[in-house]
Amino acid sequence: MEQYIQGLAYVVGDAVDTDQIIPAEHLVYSLKRPDERRMYGRFAMSGVPKAEQGLPFGNIPFTAPEAYHSRFTFIVGGTNFGCGSSREHAPFALTEAGARVVIAESYARIFFRNTVDGGFVIPFESEVRLITRIRTGDSLALDTTRAHLTNHTTSEVFLLRPLGDVADILKAGNVFNYARQAGLIPARP
Amino acid sequence: MTITEKILAAHAARPRVTPGESIWVDVDILMTHDVCGPPTIDIFKREFGEDARVWDPNKLVVMPDHYIFTANHHANRNVRLLRTFATEQALPHFYDVGTPRYKGVCHVALAEEGFNRPGSLLIGTDSHTCTSGAFGMFSTGVGNTDAALIMGTGKIWLRVPQTMRFIFDGALPPYLMAKDLILAVIGDIGCDGATYRAMEFDGDAVYALSMQERMTLTNMAIEAGGKNGVIAPDAVTLDYLRTRTDAPFEVVYSDADARYYSEHRYDVSTMEPVVAKPHRPDNRASVVEVAGTRLDRAYVGSCTGGKLEDFIAAASVLKGQEVVIDTYIVPATTEIGQALHTTDLDGMSLHDIFENAGCLMGQASCGACLGGPKDTFGRNMAQEVVISTTNRNFPGRMGSKQASVFLASPLTVAASALAGVIADPRTVLV
Repeated sequence: MEQYIQGLAYVVGDAVDTDQIIPAEHLVYSLKRPDERRMYGRFAMSGVPKAEQGLPFGNIPFTAPEAYHSRFTFIVGGTNFGCGSSREHAPFALTEAGARVVIAESYARIFFRNTVDGGFVIPFESEVRLITRIRTGDSLALDTTRAHLTNHTTSEVFLLRPLGDVADILKAGNVFNYARQAGLIPARP
Repeated sequence: MTITEKILAAHAARPRVTPGESIWVDVDILMTHDVCGPPTIDIFKREFGEDARVWDPNKLVVMPDHYIFTANHHANRNVRLLRTFATEQALPHFYDVGTPRYKGVCHVALAEEGFNRPGSLLIGTDSHTCTSGAFGMFSTGVGNTDAALIMGTGKIWLRVPQTMRFIFDGALPPYLMAKDLILAVIGDIGCDGATYRAMEFDGDAVYALSMQERMTLTNMAIEAGGKNGVIAPDAVTLDYLRTRTDAPFEVVYSDADARYYSEHRYDVSTMEPVVAKPHRPDNRASVVEVAGTRLDRAYVGSCTGGKLEDFIAAASVLKGQEVVIDTYIVPATTEIGQALHTTDLDGMSLHDIFENAGCLMGQASCGACLGGPKDTFGRNMAQEVVISTTNRNFPGRMGSKQASVFLASPLTVAASALAGVIADPRTVLV
């Protein structure tokens, strides 16, 4: 996990469920084969209703039509981000599109767990309702160690909740590396 | 300790556990399907080696159920990947498509095949894995990575959840079903009202329910964010198990002095038929409030609302009548699909009642509950307004982002199918 991450914000609302993050019809693609896995980047966040795509403006696709990568590094959401299904394809799709960090007021349990154990986007939590303080396209900088977020566009600074004990898994890269370092499973063959 | 805490402690080989602590537990059954199985296998091979063996082939259950009756070649390829893996690993519990073993929706099939056993710990690559908790066991959904770790080691880390207790008392009126109770709970506490917590269902009205109805309660624990839903086993549970498995199990109950995060009481005799309005499962309204809302289609199916008793309820309303909107009937499993032919109401099979009413009959699978490939039976393609016995109505859940889905009980869905508008089952039940 890098200490400093910079990039543009993509803002969505409350209860963005996994069908909005990656609609179920796309779950047929392989997450391994390069020619198929890029489809997850193309369709990441494509289930969000148009009016709520890229708040407060709306009608801003996370990944531009026909593209495979997003120009947004940070996803800023409200409460219960990632609710719904257990599909790990959801955090995978965000990572495949190029996102690095999600900052939400709260997360659904399985989505949060998948981001951490699979080593995908870093899931920070904010006590402040950032979706009213950050706009899509704002330039953000995050110090992951200090949980310190700067909005360069507005010059506002926010202190996010510390990552807590999941930081150890995030630092290890994923739950397999963590379990190996802790001696819980044998070394990789 | 609560039933959830006791089961977790037993699987961590510890005398007791406390909510909030993270523990490593042994998994009794891992279940996966055609959507999450192939990527789980990829991770398993990446981490444990191309020739690695699963930790215990008898404990891995593979049930393709999501995208089965489709021409989508990627979806068909994924079922083939499961087939190859099941052969490689000599898995005894693979329920292959196109064979007499094919079952359909995993959460219902796990019960039918005897994998749900009191006191046990079951993990699945599907959020509705919480359904199995109706059998007095711990069950929850995980992603591919966690499932791959279990495939290799039989273990998973879990944070011990606090438990919320929902007590239902009173006699359930004939116009209400378990679906009304759980939609009321979700409406009360919200889609994140039970996040990171166990939901324990208790009270006389719960123990008066059949296993199929109990499964509707625990199935939708995830719609309130719950980690697991659980109901203590009783004579009804043991009766069901006798016909399904001879495997040993140990019944576990919450202690009288167990500590709960919160307690919520309901008198079911005073509750009303409810719906969840678009586009959230917690957007509850009484049927009376939304009666008359124009509909384009009705759907009876899924792990939540595609069990035999769901069809008996729907048929009791549709018997001798004709639907006025497209009405889809999708049994959760092949066993239920066959039972539609062999179960009679007043001398007519459920299947014939549905056909005579003008319903469209589908094959056992997850169907249109989660949209799926474009050619999925019953999938929304445009701006349809749908009333459905399924579990989620987030935007796009049944296929089209422009569609609107109301969630309701099979009784309410059937009554609405006859009227073409949302209708109160009390108006058609005599």
